[in-house]
Amino acid sequence: MKKDLVILLIILLIGITSPFLFPNFVVNLSVVWLFILFSLTWDVQGGQMGYNSFGNIVFYGLGMYTCALVQVGLFFSIGEWTEAGGEKTFLHTIPQYFTGLGVGLIFSSIIPVLSAIIVGLGLLRVRGQYFAIGTLGLGIAAGEIASGIEVIGGGQGMTVPIWPRAAGTTDLRNLVFYYLSFASFLGTFLFLRWIYQTRFGLTLNAIRDDEDKAEAMGIPTMRYKIIGWCISAFFLGISGALMGNMNGYIDPIDGAFTGSTVGLWMIIMALLGGKGTLWGPIIGAVLFYFFKEFFWMQFLGWQYVALGLLVVVVVVFFPEGLMGWLKRKFPEKFGEVVDKERTSGIHLD
Amino acid sequence: MDLMIFTTAPWLNVQAIFDGIMIGAVFSLIAYGMALIWGVMKIINVCQGEYVILGGYITFYLYNTYGINPLYTIPAASLFVFLVSFAIYKLVIVKVIERDLFVSILATFGLSIIIQQLMNTIFGADVEVAQSGLGTEFLFDNMVTVPVTRVFSLIIAVLVAAIVVIFMHYSKLGRAIRATSQNKRAAKVLGVDTDKVYGYTYAINGAICGVAGSLVAMTFTLHPYIGLPYTIRSFMIVITAGLGNFAAIITSGMGLGILEQYADYIIGTQFRIGFVFLLLVFIIIWRSRKLLKKREYLK
Repeated sequence: MKKDLVILLIILLIGITSPFLFPNFVVNLSVVWLFILFSLTWDVQGGQMGYNSFGNIVFYGLGMYTCALVQVGLFFSIGEWTEAGGEKTFLHTIPQYFTGLGVGLIFSSIIPVLSAIIVGLGLLRVRGQYFAIGTLGLGIAAGEIASGIEVIGGGQGMTVPIWPRAAGTTDLRNLVFYYLSFASFLGTFLFLRWIYQTRFGLTLNAIRDDEDKAEAMGIPTMRYKIIGWCISAFFLGISGALMGNMNGYIDPIDGAFTGSTVGLWMIIMALLGGKGTLWGPIIGAVLFYFFKEFFWMQFLGWQYVALGLLVVVVVVFFPEGLMGWLKRKFPEKFGEVVDKERTSGIHLD
Repeated sequence: MDLMIFTTAPWLNVQAIFDGIMIGAVFSLIAYGMALIWGVMKIINVCQGEYVILGGYITFYLYNTYGINPLYTIPAASLFVFLVSFAIYKLVIVKVIERDLFVSILATFGLSIIIQQLMNTIFGADVEVAQSGLGTEFLFDNMVTVPVTRVFSLIIAVLVAAIVVIFMHYSKLGRAIRATSQNKRAAKVLGVDTDKVYGYTYAINGAICGVAGSLVAMTFTLHPYIGLPYTIRSFMIVITAGLGNFAAIITSGMGLGILEQYADYIIGTQFRIGFVFLLLVFIIIWRSRKLLKKREYLK
């Protein structure tokens, strides 16, 4: 398709050139790509599959910890590293740093997928509000447990290996992580766009619309649900690893398993843009990021109150999201045929 | 820690069960409020725990600034949270009723963040406690310590529960609330103003939470961010007990209290909150497994 190719080229152009256009905002831009990734992967469950998960943050946090532990554990003793000041005595050389990062990224995509399978076997049998609250509990429990384990730093958190000075300046480091974030976003986007067009995407939608009927049609729903969660876990794990490296520091409750900040934001981002669509979460995430930065600049000290208000306003007054609103206003643009005569008597609110 | 300690030091069991029952009474009270609005309004109130902590802070504020004994501040805390939750009902909750449960979960989650942050700004992020100055009793040759405040909090929890139950059964509004929960349409046909009933139900839940908050401020500690564990505990109690079953709510609340005390001894206090949240996940899975044999699922 020619149109698709144009869209892809535009995304590539924006992604590759923006760090040079806005050199002061490279870190912010990488966070924007990761935020888009969060809302896209949440939408696999919440929008396409109809399972409103509050616990996807678990995979993000797991990826963060796994990557950091691999990066450290490959070369040094983890226990000594997490002791106070340990990260100052051990320094990674350039090859050590990059092999650590590479291997860490691989593991930070595998471990969350495995955990998604294990957790999914139990929790994906539960529906509706029980799934929502259960996954919420899982997210918070993960943070509390991580902060109780001494080897990985306990409640104090752990530091991530610092960028070796010999390899280049901090600007280069930011640029490397920017492109890694962009690449992981692009991978997520292309993969999801492809998978929504296949039978798999249709099956997820069938589960959302009526799971019992889907099962009666002979679809092994459990298998599809778990695979869907694994897809989210895979990409979220990578994004967690990147975020941990960009921050340079992992806090168990405020950094990794942030059930009531990032874990909630990814839902709000998808809702703001319109869940159940491919472009909705992307638009929602960008909008949300601007809101967030605006609140941080304007209402410092009250930013979380403002964000809470945003959550309530979006959920209560604008639940269909931007894409849902556009779809209702201009259904023809979305390829939906409206029979004017037959719908003239019906008022959709 | 090894399990042998419970056989070598048998008083530890008595202590754990004593503490568990007294804590569990407060849990049951909060869970009853949650079951009330879940049953009547079909809403899951995630800011339940924040109402509790808010009530606790009212007690703490009166105790700290005016030196009032925390026991006498209970009506004030209850009334304050009653009014706050009524205002929140009018502003937000009224638009959430009869929508998807997920919407109510998210909206009240957002509310809980707002309340948390406001409490953090107003009362500060320190851990606080309101001393009632009632002292501690020692039983069985000083082997078991019983703070008198906790005994009082148990009595107050039982009293409040009794008042609520009597109110539900014999007052006009209580009957209207029960009628609405049984069949909203029929209640409306028979002249019940269901919107008013919803508002009062939500506010009564607030009042219950306010009382529970005062008890929490006296017997435990207060912190702006510890509301969510109370929400999760009450959710857990409600799904174990069922919505309308008051006796089961009390037993599972006290059971949870005792279980938490034992978990404290066995796996350590630092894992207490993690234990509560994991227990929720296990209870949900266990309940759904039982239903799965009948080809049903939790709803």
